[in-house]
Amino acid sequence: MSQNNLKPITRNEIAQKIALHIDEGSYVNLGIGMPTLVANYLPEDKDIFLHSENGILGMGPAPEKGQEDWDLINAGKQPVTLEPGGAFFHQADSFAMMRGGHLDICVLGAFQVSQNGDLASWHTGEADAIPAVGGAMDLAVGAKKTFVMMEHQTKDGVSKLVEKCTYPLTGVACVAMVFTDLGIFEITPQGFLVKELFNGMSIETVQAVTQAQLIKGN
Amino acid sequence: MINKIVDRMEDAFSGLKDGATIMVGGFGGSGIPHDLIDCLVNQDAKDLVIITNNAGSGETGIAALLKARRVRKIVCSYPRMADSHHFETLYRSKQIELELVPQGNLAERIRAQGAGLGGFFTQTAYGTLLAQGKETRLINGKNYVFETPLAADFALIRAQRADRFGNLVYRKAARNFGPVMAMAATTTIAQVSEVVEIGQIDPETVVTPGIFVKHVALVRGEA
Repeated sequence: MSQNNLKPITRNEIAQKIALHIDEGSYVNLGIGMPTLVANYLPEDKDIFLHSENGILGMGPAPEKGQEDWDLINAGKQPVTLEPGGAFFHQADSFAMMRGGHLDICVLGAFQVSQNGDLASWHTGEADAIPAVGGAMDLAVGAKKTFVMMEHQTKDGVSKLVEKCTYPLTGVACVAMVFTDLGIFEITPQGFLVKELFNGMSIETVQAVTQAQLIKGN
Repeated sequence: MINKIVDRMEDAFSGLKDGATIMVGGFGGSGIPHDLIDCLVNQDAKDLVIITNNAGSGETGIAALLKARRVRKIVCSYPRMADSHHFETLYRSKQIELELVPQGNLAERIRAQGAGLGGFFTQTAYGTLLAQGKETRLINGKNYVFETPLAADFALIRAQRADRFGNLVYRKAARNFGPVMAMAATTTIAQVSEVVEIGQIDPETVVTPGIFVKHVALVRGEA
């Protein structure tokens, strides 16, 4: 099966798909990088609370140019704003929200997800890589639901949905759903259950570029 | 009369020795006590152990301390940032030791020390490289890892406003590690941009009560 049969969606479209899975009233943490895009697609008429690990609930979008306040930044260290009704708190409280199961959803990027929900996202394991973990391990196991947002394959065409992760783990059996540019997959006791494949792709087409076994949905 | 506001910042560092452990507040560029770090660079102490979230970027803050070769070991969650070249150089040439700690463990280990706890069990990092060799326990059907408290001789933090008793109020997300580090160190020094009279800080809004603060250094001309 060639890569030519693939009809991937864009990163922004993945973000839109994820936004549809976030209910009003949810407390949500969006990880650094690609997951940040999800904020752009949350419905404005619904109250959804964004948490930032450095101590913010009710985080708003980036300020207009010239209005940056460097005491008000997100986990990626970029300036943000505070929505009315927002709050500030210290690190131990912030991580109690994350580790204590108070966040409904976190969305994280990943290098690999395994069929039992193991997540590898923080370290390639290369000898000269400088390891950095931040709050990823806390989020992965602490949120009620961990969503992963990533490309289905690496730039070299290697599957990121795998039977067993080969990169160092961020968390064990912690992922609930995986959103890629090819489809949406739920982690079940049997493995990756296909919830949706985009642009009319067949399960055979997507399976051909997926190392782990995919299970046909309804 | 108790007055924790120091006349000269260096007075707050008296008792600092080689090999001391120092917590430094801040997340990315927010809440970094730049003037206190500069003052620390000007002291002679070396072989320091620094507990902080990031390993500094550019030439200022933690990066200045690394550049001055005063740090033996850094305990942090995310050393890799844009332009963290001083850390990278020292790390790659094995001239600095790194203890990488998940950010929630970093905050909670600091808080545990401040609260007099001997440690805690957490689900974070179970089954990962960062839990290797650590005690684990099955609690209510879930796997937990035992983490020990982190103590320090000094904590350098930044707040917005203080009174002479050392009560502190922070500014926005610059609060980050300040309140927990203040609890965990033998000597906590707060850099503030405003000092007000006793009673001027509404007791309902005090974030760090003065009991956790030894010295306050007023640095004017900041946000």
